[in-house]
Order: sequence, then C-alpha cells, then structure tokens
Amino acid sequence: MTAATPETRTAAAPPARPGPHPEPVVSMTGITVEFPGVKALDGVDFRLFPGEVHALMGENGAGKSTLIKALTGVNPVAAGSIVVAGAETRFTGPADARERGISTVYQEVNLCGNLTVAENIMLGSEQRRLGGLDWRSMRREAARHLERMGLSIDPSSSLDSHSLAIQQLVAISRAMVVEAQVLILDEPTSSLDAGEVEQLFAVMRRLRDEGVAILFVSHFLDQIYAISDRITVLRNGRLVEERATADLPQRELVSLMIAGKSGADVSEARPRGERAARDPEAGPLLRAIGLGRKGSVEPFDLELYPGEVVGMAGLLGSGRTELARLLSGADRADAGAIEFAGETTRLRTPRAALAHKIAYTSEDRKGEGVVGDLTVRENIVLGLQAARGWMRPLPRANVDRIVAEYIKALGIRPANPEALLRNLSGGNQQKVLLARWLATAPRLLLLDEPTRGIDIGAKTEIMNLVSELASQGMSVVFISAELEEVVRLSDRIAVMRDRRKVAEIDGGEDVGVPQLIDLIASGGQNQ
Amino acid sequence: MNRILKSRLLWPLVALAALLLACTVRRPDILGITVLDGHLFGAPIDILRNSAPLLLVALGMTLVIATRGIDLSVGATVAIAGAVAMTFIASSPDPGSVGTAVGAVVVALGLCLVLGLWNGFLVSSLGIQPIIATLILMTAGRGVAMLITGGQITTVNSAPFAQLASGFWLGLPVAALIAYGVYGVVALLVRRTALGMLLESVGINPKASRLAGVKARTLTWTVYALSGLFAGLAGLIFASNTMAADANNAGLFIELDAILAVVIGGTALSGGKFNLGGTLVGVLVITTLTLTVTVLGVSPLVTPLFKAIVVVAVTLLQSPRLRATLAGLGRTRPQEVRA
Repeated sequence: MTAATPETRTAAAPPARPGPHPEPVVSMTGITVEFPGVKALDGVDFRLFPGEVHALMGENGAGKSTLIKALTGVNPVAAGSIVVAGAETRFTGPADARERGISTVYQEVNLCGNLTVAENIMLGSEQRRLGGLDWRSMRREAARHLERMGLSIDPSSSLDSHSLAIQQLVAISRAMVVEAQVLILDEPTSSLDAGEVEQLFAVMRRLRDEGVAILFVSHFLDQIYAISDRITVLRNGRLVEERATADLPQRELVSLMIAGKSGADVSEARPRGERAARDPEAGPLLRAIGLGRKGSVEPFDLELYPGEVVGMAGLLGSGRTELARLLSGADRADAGAIEFAGETTRLRTPRAALAHKIAYTSEDRKGEGVVGDLTVRENIVLGLQAARGWMRPLPRANVDRIVAEYIKALGIRPANPEALLRNLSGGNQQKVLLARWLATAPRLLLLDEPTRGIDIGAKTEIMNLVSELASQGMSVVFISAELEEVVRLSDRIAVMRDRRKVAEIDGGEDVGVPQLIDLIASGGQNQ
Repeated sequence: MNRILKSRLLWPLVALAALLLACTVRRPDILGITVLDGHLFGAPIDILRNSAPLLLVALGMTLVIATRGIDLSVGATVAIAGAVAMTFIASSPDPGSVGTAVGAVVVALGLCLVLGLWNGFLVSSLGIQPIIATLILMTAGRGVAMLITGGQITTVNSAPFAQLASGFWLGLPVAALIAYGVYGVVALLVRRTALGMLLESVGINPKASRLAGVKARTLTWTVYALSGLFAGLAGLIFASNTMAADANNAGLFIELDAILAVVIGGTALSGGKFNLGGTLVGVLVITTLTLTVTVLGVSPLVTPLFKAIVVVAVTLLQSPRLRATLAGLGRTRPQEVRA
C-alpha cells in the first residue's frame, strides 16, 4: 500500500462528473521539462475535463508549479504534447494562454490595490470609444462579472478597502473576463480563513457548474476533499496517480504523496538506551499553552523536556514550521502563553528567545540562515556576537578556538574559516548554521528541515549529531518532511494537519511511517 | 602580485595614478611639497585638505550603504551646520573669542546629530525606505538653513573658527587632520569591534540577522546618526573655509560625490560588504579629478561631465544584467522566468 509505481496507475478513469463534453479540454501527454542538471518533470500525463475541479497534489519539488508553468508556456517543454480543445498547442506565455482561454490566479493577489475593483477586473481588456476609454461600459461589464461570482460589491470602490478573500475573488473575476474555459488556482486559500474559503468554494462550484475546468492547488487535505472531483498526484517530477476523489481515501493520498521518499541512511534508530528517561519529577523545559497565531497555526499545547527529541510530522503547509516560529520568537503569537523553565515568558523577538537559550534554524536556509558574503568564521560567531552587542567583540583567540572546534566536530568542508559561506555546499552551510546555534549553548534547539536539500552523508551526520545533543540534555524539536527521519530520531512525535496539532504519540520501535501517515490522513481522529 | 591584480581597488588606484600623472606631464613640479613658515604647501597637501569634507561625508555614507540604506540628506546637513555655526558666532557678543567658536561647533554638531537620529528613526523605526526618508531632509534641510540665516549669506570674522579650514598644526592643514583623524578612528572602530561584521550581516541578509539576534534597528539608527554627525563636521569645514554660511550652495551635490566615492571604492549600493579603504581612494580620485581638470586648463564646466562618465562606467560595471550579458554573449539566451 505504499509506493504506487507508474505501471499500477489507474487507467483512463472517466471524469467523476460526466459533463456535456466527455473530451478533455486540456490533455498533456509525456510532458518533460528540464532545467540545467535536473529533470523537473519526467513524462507526465495530465488531463483536465470541462466542469470539474481537479486537484493537483504533491510535496515540495514534486513538480506542481512546473506543470502549471509548462501548460501556460512559462517553462519550455522538452518533450511531450499539449492539446487544448482538440488542437496541439504551445503557448508563448501566460498572456497568450489567457487569450486562448486558460487563466491563472496566483497565490499572492497580483492586483493593484490603489485602483478600483472595476479597473482591476478590466485591466488589459479595456473598452475604447472615440480614442478614449469607455468608463461607463467598463463599469457595467465589471459589474456583470462580479455578479457572475455572486459578489455584491461596488465596482467603483477601491480594491484596498476589501478583505483578502474578496480581493482573491476579484482576481478570479478578472481571470474570467476572457471567458476562460480553464481556470488555474495556485494555492488560492493559503491566506484565507474558514469562512472566506467557503465563499471561494461557492464561486468555484458555480463556475464548475457552468462548465469551466478548474485546476486547484492546495496543501489543505480537507479542502481538497471538500471541493475536488479528481486528483492527480505528482512525486519527484513523475505522475503517480490520477483518480476520482471519491475513490481515493485520504490515507492512500498521503502515502502516494510521500511514500518512497528516501530518508537518511541512518544505520539504525536511536538506540533506546540513549534516550533519556524523562525524570517524572522535573517539569518541562518549555510549555506552550494554547499558543497560536491567526492565519498561521491554531492554538496548541506542547511540552518539551530536556534530553528529548520531539519530532513534527505533517505535510507541507500543515503548520509545523509556523509552530516552531512561534516557539522561537520569529513570529509573534497572538494567543496563549509560553512557560520556559517554569516561568511565564513572552517571546516577542528571536533575540528574546535567544536570551532564554532557544535557538531556531529556519527551513529557508538561504533566505533566513546563510549570510553568504561573510566567512565561515563570521557566520559561526554571529549568534554569539549578536548577543554580546557590537561594543564587546569576542576576543580573537576565543573566536578562533570556537570556530576550529566546530569545524572539526561537525566536519565542515572546506575546513577553512576564511572561506565565504556562499561558496560551501548546502550540507556544509547547514553545518555552519548548526555551529552558529550550538556555539550559543542553547537549551532548546528548534531544527526546521535541517536535512532538506543536502546529501545523504551530511544528513546522517546531522541526525547523529541531533541524537548526541539530546543525550547530553538538550531539548530538540526536529521538523522534517521525511517521516522516516522523524520516526528514527524522535522520542515523541507531534502530528500536524491543516495548521492544527492533531495528535501526539510516543516514539519508539513500534512506531512506523505507516502509523504517522494514518494519523496525518485521519487528522488524529482514530486515536 | 596576483593579490594586487585581483584587488577591487586596482582600477581606482590606476585612475588616481593616471590623474596625477596627467598633472605632472603638464606641470612637472606639481607634486613637489615646499615648506613655508613651518607649514607644508603643494598640490598633494591641497588634495588632502580639499578632500576633507568629502571624506567625512563619504565615511558616513559607506556605513549607511553597508546596511542597504542611503543618506541623501548629507548635503542639506552640511548647509545647516554652516548656517547654525555662522549665525551662532554672528549673534554672540564676542565673535572673535575661542569660547564662541567652540560653542558654535558644539551647537552645530549637536543639531546635526539630531538630524541624523531623525533619519535613523524614519528608516529603522517607521520602516520608510531610506531613499525616501532622507529625501525629506534633503529637500527640507536647505529651507531650514535658509530659515536660520534669514535668507542672507551670513559672513563673520572669527579667527579661531577660521582655523578649522585654513589653520595648520604640525605643518599639516587642520581640516585634513580632523577628517583623516576621524576616518582613522572609525576605520579602527569598525574592525576592532564587532560593528563592521554586524553591519555587514544586516546588509547582506536582514532576515538571517534578525533570527541570529542582531539588533538591526539600533545599528541602523547608529549609522544614520553618525552620517549626520560627520556631515555636520564637513559643513563646519566648508563654512570655515569661506567664513560664510551659504544655505543654497554649501555642500551642494556632495551626497552624489559621496555616493560616487563609495561606489568607486568597491562598496556595492546593494549593501553588505563595505570597504573604508576603497572609500578613501574614491574620495582622493574625485578630489584629484577636480585638480587635474584645473591643471590641464580644461574649463571647470566640463568637470561634471568627467564625473558623469565615471559614474556611468562604474554603474555599468556593477550592473548584474550587463555582466551576465557580457559573460553570456554567444551562449544561451537568458531564460525569462515569470512567477
């Protein structure tokens, strides 16, 4: 029940919702997209029928965006054919695709907030009269499109004055001005709350019933099951499954998305003996009580003990990163409280968290970790030095000793403290960042995807290091998309889904990846 | 040898040497230094003295640019410093006394520090884009200076104050001693303390710096305050040179010269790594450029054109797109990626 190979793929299933047009409006066959050194898509087939909502699923790097971009002509296609409305087609870009009835609405609202709703909708489809713009008929036209969406807002109001959800719907209205046959919605719900999502879904159902084919990308499993008729699953640039939503149980979907991912080659699970027996007398190092942030992660409770690795399991966008950011002061919580070492505290900034010896490595290594133009030495001491302030520089001898120590202990290559960090490989950059935090002697270490995008050898080293740190008494939170890694390292595992913490289980030999998949798919309801 | 060739300062230094060479071709004795009344005289000494205000302004600008910022208001600050000092001296009962001169310096510098803090507040606390935040003072500042001088060009006689620009100490011009002294202290400070590294960290990757606990806001505030203070010092030297406060023309376009000096010195406008040594070379190139144009007998009207050519050349060489185009000529067409 794990890796479905392409051979076992369900053969040409009929559209779940038989419409008046049994022919697919978009049919992509054998699509291959290559970037220098990488095959982003490898022989992917994809069909989109009129009058259906088709969910495109996959983890980070599975190829969802690439497939959309291949369709709309942003990415050049190396091999394969694209048939739109019965004719072989290659679009030159999104504008070309839009003119031919394929409109895309992106995650961020790409509209002009300072223009009116009507202007935003009609931008690019202006109506002219006597050399000027015919404002009256444009407003009328815009009002007609808004009505089609079931939106009763004033077309001459400024777009800024509306909520994000309304703006999203205006973006869709704009996409539908060209009478699009195909509407691509790339994560339209990521910044909407539950009520707003329902509003969006109502519009999507209305358009679907009019015969529009909707390609829907979202990380929220509940939403996928609420709205989609069919699901295509991609993994590592390949098609794994295409099936009617009703015939694809959640558990199977999750396992299709993540199964077969290679975890680090850790020879064995963390030996049981090394796992610190939790002292029942001692309180937790950190206790989060109803901690949450609107639009980021629902309030959760969590206790972290010294000497313990707590794993976070969940799909991309499930809230695992957001949870760690709240604990590290990177984001500010707007609900709940944190107790650290028995005392209630507020972590308003990363600096405040660092003062409590809480260190956090971001999943966005390049954007939020690496200071590329500084040397390895400077990057390692950055955290320590920042805590001391600029007026009290660390003595050079201390710096050299600390740096040499960590370069040796973590096996950083090249072992040159003067090398610029941006010239190191991903794995070595990650080790330098680990060194930066370890040098501050943290009591709680939050590791967000520390093993992403680095080679197997470095993965193993980092995981062994985490294990060792915990046995020395550090409290560690370990987040990884690779469930095998989570299972192998964790003493306890918190399961996240749709921005909620849905379950918490003890780790150990009897816990495996399938059990976690069950929990993620069921939302912890079987427990 | 290889290290010299690879240095980013190679071409600015070559340019400096070429400019000086052009001068000596025209007037072989120009680089000679003579001693008169125990003071040193000659073109090199003139360059040192004339470069003093620009060096001070460019010094502050380098630190601001390192944090991904820019300070357009330094020219106006120069004018305000002069206006305050001159008005202070003119309105004092004893314009010629040392006490009055010191008072003028303290009041002027204090006000300029406040102006720098104001810029820092706009940028670091209110999050206004540096170019906009400092544009406010750039345009309003000259008005403030006009207000202080009452729209007149205030002229005063104060022998102690005049020493700032025209005095000599240990045979060297006081202006040069002040500017190069401040430069030396700051250069030492940024590399001996952790200031330089933390500034660069903020400039290279603000998000990572925040997560690492760097106090980015305080640092940003500090560099704008320093920039205001140094511009004030430059303004005092300007005012002392003419013993007049000209609200309209004092320090006019000095912000552009300072930015140019920073860029010639190899500090990228995108922030991050900065090079104070490079800024010094940039300042000397610009100052020497003016001298060369004079010596060669070219009309001073053409000096801006020369500067413009240097600006264009430097910005072009810095442009990633041009570099990519040059490097990629004949290779694959750069792929356009749209989100």
